[in-house]
Amino acid sequence: MKDAIFEVNNVSFSYEEANEKAMDQVSLSVPEGAFYAVLGQNGSGKSTLAKLLNGLYLPTSGQVLVCGMDTADEKNTWDIRQNAGMVFQNPDNQIVATIVEDDVAFGLENIGVAPTQMPGRIEQALLDVGMLEFRERAPHTLSGGQKQRIAIAGILAMEPRAIIFDEATAMLDPQGRKEVFAAVQKLNREKGITVLWITHFMEEAAQCQHVYIMEDGRIVMEGAPEEVFSLPEKMQALRLDAPAAARLAHRLREAGMPLKAGLLHMEETAKEVARACKLNSKA
Amino acid sequence: MLSDMTLGQYYPVKSTVHSLDPRMKIILLILAIVAVFTAGNSLAFLPVAAYIVLASRLSNVPFKMLLKGIRPLRFILIFTVVLNIFFLPGETVWLDLGFAKITKEAVITAIHYGIRLILLVMFSSLLTLTTAPVTLTDGLERLLSPLAKIRFPAHEMAMMMTIALRFIPTLLEEADKIMKAQSARGADFESGNLLARAKAMVPLLVPLFVSAFRRAGDLAMAMEARCYHGGKGRTRLHVLKMKKNDYIALLSMAVLLASVILISRFL
Ligand SMILES: Nc1ncnc2c1ncn2[C@@H]1O[C@H](COP(=O)(O)OP(=O)(O)O)[C@@H](O)[C@H]1O
Ligand SMILES: [Mg+2]
Repeated sequence: MKDAIFEVNNVSFSYEEANEKAMDQVSLSVPEGAFYAVLGQNGSGKSTLAKLLNGLYLPTSGQVLVCGMDTADEKNTWDIRQNAGMVFQNPDNQIVATIVEDDVAFGLENIGVAPTQMPGRIEQALLDVGMLEFRERAPHTLSGGQKQRIAIAGILAMEPRAIIFDEATAMLDPQGRKEVFAAVQKLNREKGITVLWITHFMEEAAQCQHVYIMEDGRIVMEGAPEEVFSLPEKMQALRLDAPAAARLAHRLREAGMPLKAGLLHMEETAKEVARACKLNSKA
Repeated sequence: MLSDMTLGQYYPVKSTVHSLDPRMKIILLILAIVAVFTAGNSLAFLPVAAYIVLASRLSNVPFKMLLKGIRPLRFILIFTVVLNIFFLPGETVWLDLGFAKITKEAVITAIHYGIRLILLVMFSSLLTLTTAPVTLTDGLERLLSPLAKIRFPAHEMAMMMTIALRFIPTLLEEADKIMKAQSARGADFESGNLLARAKAMVPLLVPLFVSAFRRAGDLAMAMEARCYHGGKGRTRLHVLKMKKNDYIALLSMAVLLASVILISRFL
């Protein structure tokens, strides 16, 4: 097995003013190059987990290792944040500069990259998210999806090994959501960047390799999406809806249609239904 | 309605003046202010006026853009001049009104005050018209950075200005949205006396402030996640470098300053 990028061991965390734990005995592990999802309702602790993963918060107990470095050790902080970038939910509240290029440069300036090396890295990062032609635009003239891709470019330029996305598509329209998710899939596939995709959209989680489901600061279920989403009753108990296709397949199975297990996506479900119908008409 | 507000007054064309180093332009402005205040007689204003005309020519900014900055100040301008005409002391009495005398010296000095004010506005306008706000901030930061030794927060101030510039359009957009939402529910922002209008602003300002604070918290988090830790050890994408034109501009300003001093002294 490859080395783990994120290694969380029995971590608990509570906010100062709160008496309940926002994070309760959480353990998880994300291997290098993986595309994992964290799924949960509002208030289940997803953002708290994200902030624990790059040292914005430190665990009350337990240990968080990023690329083998302990977040609790102050001298690792900047190394950790450079290796594990983070994209947040609101596209407007994470862009610092008034020009796209300058914003992508922000992280590079912070880690002290030589000015002569910056233009090349900025260009490559913008190219990787398909935003190169917008390099001289003012961020407020861009769409939500475009702003999120700029935010991703700002992280990419720092050449991280992993990126945490904390509901990066939650405030976007369906078009923007698709364009950002596709850009991230491409980065994972072509650049081998480890992705931790935090979301409350089933459809997105269903396209990841492994899903952690959170509730009340705990991880209540985990596994490959095919396993996790094939238990609609269990999902319902957690107040989560399985992807529409999975729910449809489940109902059809209940109604007596012989469909194979682990159906998550509309297209494969449609094909499977068509196959079952053909079998039926032949018989 | 808020979207009509333009941000700063940068006039984006290409010119010799636009391409000068922002640090040099700030220094030139300071020297120009010195020249304006050094001018001691009417003749001494001539080279200063000639300089601003020439500079505006080189900047490809229409001269009337420079004059536009004076409009909002016209009342202060008239008020200053008139007040000084009445109350400055002088010898050669032109008109005796009983409660005040109008003298030749007072009229001349008052007119000089007016000219100074106009020239000051024009020189500062030339700077802001030919320098993008972010570039200006950059220049200020680097001019002031030696003061970091005495704990002057040059980097922090520049960062604050950059963020303000970045968020003004976002907040204006948001204010516009809130205003429309409140208008749809019958709020009236445009009629009534000053007090009524100020009252109508409360339901606009409260949500705007709440959201601005939330944004500030989010942004601080995002900046930290991108390894921001103050100005120490930070490099910059845009490297400022003085070029030949910058030194020529400085030389021209020195010539102006010298001629103003000479004319004020000896003519
Ligand atoms: N800054 C904070 N101070 C106190 N409590 C917080 C803070 N942020 C989040 N919480 C609480 O922690 C819990 C988890 O929140 P969060 O991690 O933001 O969840 P999610 O991102 O899944 O919506 C919630 O009960 C929330 O009220
Ligand atoms: Mg959240």
